[in-house]
Amino acid sequence: MLEIRQLALDFLRYRGLWRRETVTCLHNVSLTLARGELHAVVGASGAGKSLMAQALIGLLPGNTRRRGELWLDGEPLDAARQAALRGKRLALIPQSLAALDPLVRSHRQVAWAAQRGGAAAPWAAAERAMAQLGLVGDSARRYPHQLSGGMARRVLLAMATAGDAEWLIADEPSVGLDPQHRDGVLDQLRRLADTGKGVLLITHDLRHALRVADRVTVFHAGTTLETAPARAFHGRGEALASDYARALWRALPDNDFARPAAREAAQLA
Amino acid sequence: MLEACDITLGYRRGESVLRGISLQLAAGEWLGLSGASGAGKSTLGQVLAGHLAPRRGSLRLDGAALPRRGLHPVQWLPQVPELAVNPRWRIDRVLNEAWSPSAAQRRRFGIGDAWLERYPHELSGGELQRVVVLRGLAPGVRYLIADEISSMLDAITQAALWQALREEAEARNLGVLVIGHDAALLQRLCQRRVRLERGQLLASS
Repeated sequence: MLEIRQLALDFLRYRGLWRRETVTCLHNVSLTLARGELHAVVGASGAGKSLMAQALIGLLPGNTRRRGELWLDGEPLDAARQAALRGKRLALIPQSLAALDPLVRSHRQVAWAAQRGGAAAPWAAAERAMAQLGLVGDSARRYPHQLSGGMARRVLLAMATAGDAEWLIADEPSVGLDPQHRDGVLDQLRRLADTGKGVLLITHDLRHALRVADRVTVFHAGTTLETAPARAFHGRGEALASDYARALWRALPDNDFARPAAREAAQLA
Repeated sequence: MLEACDITLGYRRGESVLRGISLQLAAGEWLGLSGASGAGKSTLGQVLAGHLAPRRGSLRLDGAALPRRGLHPVQWLPQVPELAVNPRWRIDRVLNEAWSPSAAQRRRFGIGDAWLERYPHELSGGELQRVVVLRGLAPGVRYLIADEISSMLDAITQAALWQALREEAEARNLGVLVIGHDAALLQRLCQRRVRLERGQLLASS
């Protein structure tokens, strides 16, 4: 079990030369992720979802201060443990394509990741992981700049899965993909959860996350508002506890496609 | 009426992305355009907005050729707003480059007064997208090419952006080509929908 308890994050920044101020960007963030579960985290951009992912894996920017607790299997997940597990049992699929090394062919990058993750035969493990995502033949030999956005995103996913990590944090893995590849990536994450891994799927795309997720946590303005089973997103959202989650569900194009009325919007902001 | 006739265009010798495409978009009409990635949707959009010149074929607006100088009556709204603004300009200057939207129009698009002082990187993607959309609505613009403008937005921001655009388009009888992957969204917005496949346009259900 991976647990986030009351996580809060502050940014320190300087105003002028001497005055230092702290800006709180996350507060009261709590969620749990079980083995075999696909847990989606949804919310608007700028709500702090990616910061939560970086805090989990221990790769926060230098000017942040963290409060609250992280636990993994009943023991605190501190910086030393994060560093020991990162890339082996705990893997992040980053949002930015800049995470790929521009000077290395994609197959080799995936093989490196497999080696870090402890695979006995990294080259073959990389090939397997890439083939599962439809990256075969020529695309495996290409450099990152020769890949389309969708292919590069699948290379990042292959890097995280080649090493057999137990906990996967996928930060917007399907953004910019056409429907076929988006479904392919989401199905792959579902399969990983079904083989006993814990998968945290961070996304702004509520509708497609619902197809594969067990539970959904709604993030808004730096905090986790509620965690609901995926089936609670149904009908007019009566089963949802928070107004924001209901508004998010009702705003989908195949539902009401409505923005909240001005009065409600003011309460949500 | 915006008419494209027999548009053919390719990026490499001997290869065509668009093969003899003809398309009509009436004033006030919303037309949906879908297709796999790499099918040429954005290429077609950029031809219609005059960013790319077709190898063959012609474009006409109400039977006349499109102007070569000055404000182009067909405006392309891009998917990635970060790449469509000058990163060294404040939002105030970005927004007022072609025309000056009123405070009421800014409010309708949810653009905060405090944003005007900021630089593009100090807004989120969704916030900057609203600035870029409103910037493209200068008087004299008659048609819009909305190229996946809401694919990176959460559902609430997406609905708000389209509603603001719909009000503006209705008031001014703008024709809009909506390019996107999201079938539910296209169905919601567009009376007529077409699909781009192997360089050809097909009617889509």
